Amino acid sequence: MFETRIASPFSGESGAITAVAPLGRAVLRCREADIGRVSDKLGLALPQAACRSESNGPNSALWLGPDEWLLLNADMQDGWVPGLAARLDGELCSLVDVSHRQVALSIDGERAEEILASGCALNLSLRAFPVGMCTRTMYARAEIVLWRTGPRSFYLDVWRSFARYVEALLREAESEV
Amino acid sequence: MLIIPCPYCGERPELEFSYGGQAHIDRPLAPTDLNDEEWNEYLYVRANPKGRHAERWRHIHGCARFFNAVRDTRTDHILATYKVGEPAPEIPA
Amino acid sequence: MTNGNFRMPSGGRIDRSRPLRFSFDGRNYSGFDGDTVASALLANGVHLVGRSFKYHRPRGIMGAGPDEPNALIGVRRDQERYTPNLLATQTELYEGLDAVSQNRHPSLEKDRMAVNDKFSRFIPAGFYYKTFMWPRKAWDRLFEPRIRAAAGLGIAPSEPDPDSYAQRYAHCDVLVIGAGPAGLTAAMEAAKSGAQVILCDDRSAMGGSLLAAKQVTIEGAPAARWLAGTLDSLAGMANVTLLPRTSAFGYYPHNWIGLAQKLTDHLADAPPGQPRERLWQVRARQVVIAAGAIERPLVFPDNDRPGIMLADAARTYLQQYGVAVGRKIVVVAAHDNGYRTAHELKDAGIEIAVIADIRGDSPVAARARQAGFRVLTGAAIDGTSGKLRVASITLTSGRKRETVACDAVLMAGGLTPSVHLFSQSRGKLAWDEHLQAYLPDQSAEAERSAGACRGHFALDEALADGAEAGRLAAEAAGFAFRPAAPVYTCAVAHPIGGGGHIGAAPTSDPAKPKAFVDWQNDVTAADILLAAREGFLSIEHVKRYTTTGMATDQGKLSNINALGIVSEATGRSIPEIGLTTFRAPYTPISFGTLAGRARRDLLDPARITAINDWAAQQGAVFEDVGNWKRAHFFPKDREDMHAAVARECLAVRERVGIFDASTLGKIEIVGPDAAEFMNRFYVNAWMKLGVGKCRYGVLLREDGFVLDDGVVGRLAPDRFHVTTTTGGAARVLGMMEDYLQTEWSDLDVWLTSTTEQWSVIAVQGPKAREVIEPLVEGLDLSPEALPHMSIADAQICGVPMRLMRVSFTGELGYEVNVPSGYGAMVWQAIWERGQAHGMVAYGTETMHVLRAEKGFIIIGQETDGTVTPDDAGLAWAIGKAKPDFVGKRSLARPAMTDPDRKQLVGLLTRDPHIVLEEGAQIVASGAVGASIGHVTSAYHSSVLGKSIALAMVRGGRARLGERLEVPMPGGAVAVDVVAPIFLDPKGDRVHV
Repeated sequence: MFETRIASPFSGESGAITAVAPLGRAVLRCREADIGRVSDKLGLALPQAACRSESNGPNSALWLGPDEWLLLNADMQDGWVPGLAARLDGELCSLVDVSHRQVALSIDGERAEEILASGCALNLSLRAFPVGMCTRTMYARAEIVLWRTGPRSFYLDVWRSFARYVEALLREAESEV
Repeated sequence: MLIIPCPYCGERPELEFSYGGQAHIDRPLAPTDLNDEEWNEYLYVRANPKGRHAERWRHIHGCARFFNAVRDTRTDHILATYKVGEPAPEIPA
Repeated sequence: MTNGNFRMPSGGRIDRSRPLRFSFDGRNYSGFDGDTVASALLANGVHLVGRSFKYHRPRGIMGAGPDEPNALIGVRRDQERYTPNLLATQTELYEGLDAVSQNRHPSLEKDRMAVNDKFSRFIPAGFYYKTFMWPRKAWDRLFEPRIRAAAGLGIAPSEPDPDSYAQRYAHCDVLVIGAGPAGLTAAMEAAKSGAQVILCDDRSAMGGSLLAAKQVTIEGAPAARWLAGTLDSLAGMANVTLLPRTSAFGYYPHNWIGLAQKLTDHLADAPPGQPRERLWQVRARQVVIAAGAIERPLVFPDNDRPGIMLADAARTYLQQYGVAVGRKIVVVAAHDNGYRTAHELKDAGIEIAVIADIRGDSPVAARARQAGFRVLTGAAIDGTSGKLRVASITLTSGRKRETVACDAVLMAGGLTPSVHLFSQSRGKLAWDEHLQAYLPDQSAEAERSAGACRGHFALDEALADGAEAGRLAAEAAGFAFRPAAPVYTCAVAHPIGGGGHIGAAPTSDPAKPKAFVDWQNDVTAADILLAAREGFLSIEHVKRYTTTGMATDQGKLSNINALGIVSEATGRSIPEIGLTTFRAPYTPISFGTLAGRARRDLLDPARITAINDWAAQQGAVFEDVGNWKRAHFFPKDREDMHAAVARECLAVRERVGIFDASTLGKIEIVGPDAAEFMNRFYVNAWMKLGVGKCRYGVLLREDGFVLDDGVVGRLAPDRFHVTTTTGGAARVLGMMEDYLQTEWSDLDVWLTSTTEQWSVIAVQGPKAREVIEPLVEGLDLSPEALPHMSIADAQICGVPMRLMRVSFTGELGYEVNVPSGYGAMVWQAIWERGQAHGMVAYGTETMHVLRAEKGFIIIGQETDGTVTPDDAGLAWAIGKAKPDFVGKRSLARPAMTDPDRKQLVGLLTRDPHIVLEEGAQIVASGAVGASIGHVTSAYHSSVLGKSIALAMVRGGRARLGERLEVPMPGGAVAVDVVAPIFLDPKGDRVHV
């Protein structure tokens, strides 16, 4: 009866910058002492090293802060977060569904670092920002989560309302020769 | 733009941080026990040193944690950063 | 060299196979690829390029680089592309370049403002401060407009800039600024260690002084070959980035350097769509400043005629561009570099009429005499002649005074190290008595200077100093390196030597006024002496009083001579007088470079909701709320705002309206201590709020003033859904985190922003339930099951929904929260269902009117950071039994309970058609003087058929029924004070 496809704010253009298909996302918060138990129940090791990620199948956990992780699920289903919540029942933690709060772009290729350097002040060289590193940071005037998924691949998560702003700036940077 | 060593994430550009004013001012546990003078002191009176200043920063666009920093207000050099709840470190002159 | 052609038959780094045509002030000239506008004009015999700022005296090209004070030009590419204030010495020639001179009316040759020069003795230093003081009115009407018309350099472009500008952040281990001899060896040594190196230089070609080196060998190879080899090696290293045409304009804390790179200005046809310039923001572990040195002019009477220039500039024009700056040349020297220039020009066949050295006899003078030069030592310089070009110079040596005919005078006053960037980095300078120069001393940042900018002027010294700096920088950046620094063996036919003079040069006729210190701002030695006589002792004061060093060249040529004059006049040493602050940018950069991509739609993020596109299609007019774009109203059939809002308001009250409330801040508060946290944070009592219930929350700052408000729903014993104002979302979450992280670490509770997780579709009006009921699954919407101020999770249109039964309109209302990826779909579904019920879409203006009819405040409109809950009529919300909450203690301060505080009231104008102005002041009826309040909100209410207003009035609640006045330009408006609620005071309409 209703078209329940998730709408994308992005332009649909391709190139070095492409929209990532909808993902399940949740913010998990818990105390340091409980990380091991929570990890076991999730079936996903919550990384404790700053700005590092762990993946297991379609699921990934990105360290955003010492008690904060962004959980990602590549098979977007509305039931994923409630399922996690059920597993964590009784644990002292906070799990909040933010699947729709953010949308993601992937920036790939030889010029990926350079394109991002148009608005991101971090050192994105492989030496300083290795594969698997993730962090909140800024791109121009928008907060993003940046995650290096390969030597020449980045995943960029941004709050939905900033999506077009970020995409437009990235595409301008891509157009520079 | 300053480089600020976040105690959790390491050196990051200033644009990821927000400033939080003087550090080590604890909110009174029972504010109603304070007279007006004491409450005024807590609310409004702050140091403005020329030199070392312990101050609060938040890595708001990073790990989102508050932390403390000792900054030399003359040079903007950040001499130390440390987590909330930790005492200000001894820094040799 | 034929008449009018000053190009040497050979030599220089220009490409003679590629002639280029260009125009200057409408006249056509030709030059070669590799020329600057300055070198090409000089090759055509043109020295006169501008008029001075104050006296409009004819001025010529003085330098060959960024120190040039006179040769400012405007370059026009097409109708939209005009750039003023470019330095001709840094503007590369391209085919068809169209340049104009500045500051002349109507032409360079005939400038009517040159009359200023005749009256110059009436325009001394501080003239404007002293003259235009009275009458007061004349300043506004007469003086200021005329002064403004005469002031300023160049003409701002009239069209929006059509070019694009790029920006890039970069990181490196070693940034080397300046690609002269020291910069090249620094970059090379640093790069060999494996460090990431960026080498930048403001010129198109790298090499600095090596580009003009003649009869010089390095390591046995001619300088040009050594340079080419070195640049090839650097270009071949993967860890080296070479940035030519890139000016390091600012040195900011923690080794943060601004570089402005010109990308297309040198091209006749810029590739379409490509950026014109790029701002590099470089974070370097270590910086090597190799900025070189600038030659000083000599201060003597009439030292500003076209044809009088810096000696090393003339040498550069000869050796780098193959241009003779004259045919019969006089060199005035206080430094051996004058002799070097004389030798090189003479070797090229140019006549040197005389070398006048203000110093005594010396070996370098003796060698010059041996080589056949006529040399005057102990010379005084008494003046020059020539209208638009120097024609002679008058010199006194011993007792003999003579006037020598010439067409160029070259000044060698000594070398001033370029310490601008070092000084910007907050490094401390020290005066070097031997070199008579300020040199870098203590560093404040991780940087070191190398070469001429720290006084190593000789080539072999500069090369070795650069190498050592590069090695140390790499080491300090963590790159272990071989211990021995290389030694460079150089053979130099005419060494640069030493010497120098600071201040006014000796002259037999010190009364002559026009001995210029600052060419661009027309400041003479006499002006500076006057300032000293009038008691200005600090160089910072002398600078502001005389304007010396305040022009766009920031005193690159003038500062040291000005110091010398003040020193001599006051009998104090130069270090005692101090040095003015060096400020960024080192040379002017364009606004475009700083703005980068942040222009037009991308100036600032435009935050848009999932419903934005639908609203735009419906023809909504948008307004900015913070960074958000919000639909302001939805005009139909060319309605104006007033008509559209009147229609929207009536439709909501009579039927139903739909409103995009997605921008409201939302925070999910989770944990066993969630209620305790809410209790400490908000003024309200939360412990007893039932699951599934909502409450209006008020938040104070610790000083007791209202910060934010919003409806809070309890989803579970340990889970709250908190809403904030649109503008307060980030502020409230930040403040919550602050208390939680730094004061209340005992609480087990966590905060997550869900602002953008949810699209919020407000459905408001008597028909609201009928509209959404058929779309909702798993929830009974009946008033008994879901009364006003309820919250529940269910489904709508097959997707998850968090439904809040709340109302900011005073009508039956729901706020349908759906995951934002479904927002547009659910909105469309509700909209379609609503059509049968006469639904309208309404915007923020109607929302404002509807809530004002009910007397609901808006944070930032009724409140302004000085309003307590009681002032705003919200004292009822305070949990009276709570021992503490944020701001509670402040509410007990005496001033906070004063009955005469401003309080929220309603106002009705006696004339119902008059809508008050928001912000208007309020006075007691018939009283003159003090304001007793101000209007915070005012609208025409189509529902009530009259104008309504909310206001904050002193002791307002005690004034109900009083008549007050709102003074307006057209006369006072009479108003009656009423309770701040205009519709349905009992609230029956929401409880249906």
